[in-house]
Amino acid sequence: MSVSKSLTRRGALAGGLAVGAVSVVPTRFAIAQPKPLKVGLMLPYSGTFAKLGENITSAVEMLIAEKGGKLGGRVVEIVKLDDESKPEKGPQNAERLVKRDAVDVLIGTVHSGVQMGIHKVVRETGTLTIIPNAGANSVTRELCAKNVFRTSFSNWQPAHGMGLALGKRGVRKAAWITWDYAAGKEAGDGFREGLEKHGGKVVQSLTLKFPETNFQPLLAQIPGLDVEVVGSFFAGGGAVQFVKEYKAAGLKVPLCGSGFLTEGTLAAQGDAADGIETALHYADGLDNARNLAFRKAFKEKAGRDADVYAVQGYDAAQLLAIGLEAVKGNVEDEANLYKAMRGARIESPRGPMTISSSQEVVHNIYLRRVTNGENKVVGIAAEALADPGTGCKL
Amino acid sequence: MMAQLLNGLQYGLLLFLVSSGLTLIFGVMGIINLAHGSLFMIGAYVAFLVSKATGTLWLALPVGVLGGAALGALLEWTLFRHFAKREHLDQVMLTFALILLAEELRWVVAGSDFHSVPIPAILDFSVPVTSGFSYSAYRFAVIAICLVLALALFWWIERTRFGAVVRASAENPEMVDVLGLDARRVHLVVFAAGTALAVVAGVLAAPLTSVYPGMGDSLLIISFVVVVIGGLGSISGAFWAALLIGLVDTFGKAYGPSFQGTGALGTLLAALSGSSVYLLMIAVLLWRPTGLFGQRP
Repeated sequence: MSVSKSLTRRGALAGGLAVGAVSVVPTRFAIAQPKPLKVGLMLPYSGTFAKLGENITSAVEMLIAEKGGKLGGRVVEIVKLDDESKPEKGPQNAERLVKRDAVDVLIGTVHSGVQMGIHKVVRETGTLTIIPNAGANSVTRELCAKNVFRTSFSNWQPAHGMGLALGKRGVRKAAWITWDYAAGKEAGDGFREGLEKHGGKVVQSLTLKFPETNFQPLLAQIPGLDVEVVGSFFAGGGAVQFVKEYKAAGLKVPLCGSGFLTEGTLAAQGDAADGIETALHYADGLDNARNLAFRKAFKEKAGRDADVYAVQGYDAAQLLAIGLEAVKGNVEDEANLYKAMRGARIESPRGPMTISSSQEVVHNIYLRRVTNGENKVVGIAAEALADPGTGCKL
Repeated sequence: MMAQLLNGLQYGLLLFLVSSGLTLIFGVMGIINLAHGSLFMIGAYVAFLVSKATGTLWLALPVGVLGGAALGALLEWTLFRHFAKREHLDQVMLTFALILLAEELRWVVAGSDFHSVPIPAILDFSVPVTSGFSYSAYRFAVIAICLVLALALFWWIERTRFGAVVRASAENPEMVDVLGLDARRVHLVVFAAGTALAVVAGVLAAPLTSVYPGMGDSLLIISFVVVVIGGLGSISGAFWAALLIGLVDTFGKAYGPSFQGTGALGTLLAALSGSSVYLLMIAVLLWRPTGLFGQRP
């Protein structure tokens, strides 16, 4: 072992140069250059969430390009892996990136179930990990780890903002409706706690199995509940179907929810979404210079409109850049790397953003109302909202 | 209450379309067709693709009926005919392979996204049923179409000469052979009809449920419950069992959770409400092992 160690290429070359030996050009170039920083992107590039994975990837690449292809002075090499949003393959895929490809940093992923697989692996290996979407609360609560950061949201946050806004307005009785799975439950807790802070109550929680869309037996109960508002957590195609059926059921109780209810779905929802209020950490029409510039640049680079997922990916790369600049690209200097990331103050397209002691994003939750097929910002539901980070000791 | 009755009725009738084919195919051919749920999924994706291409759902109905029948005939002619006399395990392997093929085909043709299918414009309005709750006109239309199809199926099986042969094949296939009736033709027609029913159910359900990967799986299981409760091979059994299950499931989901927090028994009831139909199946099997309308041994 010691023999091979003393005979590293760099050592040998340095010695060679010292005695004035002439070396070939490419290897001499390698002396001046530290080895590239390997960033693993473990994201869905196929399946239901493929578009989310693509937008996150484009945004990460965009930030690296803005920094001249280098972070902390090191050239960045990206390794992509399609996680297919399959939780059963999560641990195996994460190990492939961390062990076989030996990435220095892992950015991923979208699906919370897959995230738990990644989490299991990186808690053991200590690989720096930044989460650009998956909202599972536990990752920055009881299972938090010093090498894991999140730049997207916890499932609790947007729904909590919605609950707070309603409570402040004087809503006393609300119902909650969602799929019976972890994300739905975590959002439900956020909504309830927000409402309760101002003296409101969730009188009934209605759930159906994920991803079933037989909403009718639940919707038919709403008139009998005597509530002022119905809060909800649905996303994607399920959200499209739910909003349409809610409208068709002719319910007089207004519908609101965590922002994913009307995010990327408005074209399909049409009139049925008119007037729905939601809370989220982003809105397409956010009128700040940073957002406008970001959206323009993203459109030029990717040929698509930016969305909340692109913002989350961009901020994951921004956070990484801040950490690496502080340690000049030396990821081995963990103490200073994490310290810099924890203290980061990021100017995000979503507005000002910091990192909490449980390494969760702290950001504004905006209140939005659907008007003419757009999520129009009508106010701030919660300013600089941090996840409680319950059970996290770092 | 009224709204939940309608929900249960509509769900039950759709279940009947799927399970009637399943029970017929089992009764007449003795085949356990696990791929029946995939046929439902194919129907839903046909609805999605046709309505995307033409802007309306209507064309998907004739495409579903004719295409479904043709697909069924093709499957029977190329595959199921040769498996009818094989062991059930072989049939399970064959039909499981068909599920995988159907999922792969779905992925190639339509990808893995969750797609919603628009309700036809002339039915895109709601009718108030109770104060504060309306029911979509399309759901009423689905109920009507299912009832018409159910009546047509009854008439065909119970009142026509061909239906008599179908029933005879289910009860005593040897006698049908001895009498010189063409069992092969009966099998072909029954399989084609069963497939077409499942595909049409998928077409009708698409605007109500959206289309998504694996959507046939949960329906397949519940359809087997219908077939078992109704009695293997019995059309009227499937009809009443489907309605029963539609209502029990809807009321279980709607009112079961409200027992939550009313003592230990309430909590147990709430927890079991999601599986009310399976409890029903166990109860029926204990009481009548051959199902409500099955032949007594």
